Amino acid sequence: MNIAWASFTPAAALVGGLLIGVAASWLVLFNGRIAGISGMLGGLLDRAGDWSWRLAFVLGLLLAPLLWSRLIGPLPPMQLGAPIPRLLLAGVLVGVGTRLASGCTSGHGVCGLSRLSPRSLLATLTFMASAMLTVLVMRHWLNGG
Amino acid sequence: MSKLLSAALAGLLFGLGLLLSGMSNPAKVLGFLDVTGQWDPSLMLVMGGAIAIGFFAFRRAERQSHSLLGEPMQLPDKSKLTPRLAVGSVLFGIGWGVAGICPGPGLVLVGMGQTGGVYFVVAMLLGMWCARPLIKWLS
Repeated sequence: MNIAWASFTPAAALVGGLLIGVAASWLVLFNGRIAGISGMLGGLLDRAGDWSWRLAFVLGLLLAPLLWSRLIGPLPPMQLGAPIPRLLLAGVLVGVGTRLASGCTSGHGVCGLSRLSPRSLLATLTFMASAMLTVLVMRHWLNGG
Repeated sequence: MSKLLSAALAGLLFGLGLLLSGMSNPAKVLGFLDVTGQWDPSLMLVMGGAIAIGFFAFRRAERQSHSLLGEPMQLPDKSKLTPRLAVGSVLFGIGWGVAGICPGPGLVLVGMGQTGGVYFVVAMLLGMWCARPLIKWLS
């Protein structure tokens, strides 16, 4: 295994992760809810009863870059190289998959693993393995991505 | 403090965490998923850091019937490992690997004004919409 030390950013990753943990903890302790993004979007699409807090959280997420650029400075580096058809394919798969699995990286990967949920452990191991295999196939077998 | 303000603050904080950690940079995410190439392990620390905090909060939450704002504590009660969970996770993983974007960072990319993020999120919402009859049929 080759580690890309040049792009390794342990401090930012760890502090960012701690912030995500504080946010998820905040939501469960104050609102009694799981910080699962796909679940919130699904709940909004279903127009499920208690939709307002979901919309509020999603708006907070959408406004985070604006707050960052006002308070902190230029936004961190971002490279999004995928062509449009690939973004559309990725979006549809993520949408269908996260609803079937009742969660994504946040709901299962952060909240579920924090709760030591066996379902979330299975989900997280599965989507990690599946994503790594997809990158292996696309980058190294098909020479794309 | 109202529950809406509280949820919005949590969302803001979550988004700042995604930005700082590198999760909202698809190239960085793909570098993490590329275990057989030049592997960037940074994102292991994102999940590790988040769980290190979340573990204590959720342990406390599990023991409460209501949140600090008086809302009922709503934690998942499902425990069965189902084919639906596994198949959904496989599909989600393929989609995540194809572009390096998962739902939270997708929304942050939209907030950054990235057109690519908009394409992704619109397709994701469409996928979620299409999953509804499938889920109804399965349950």
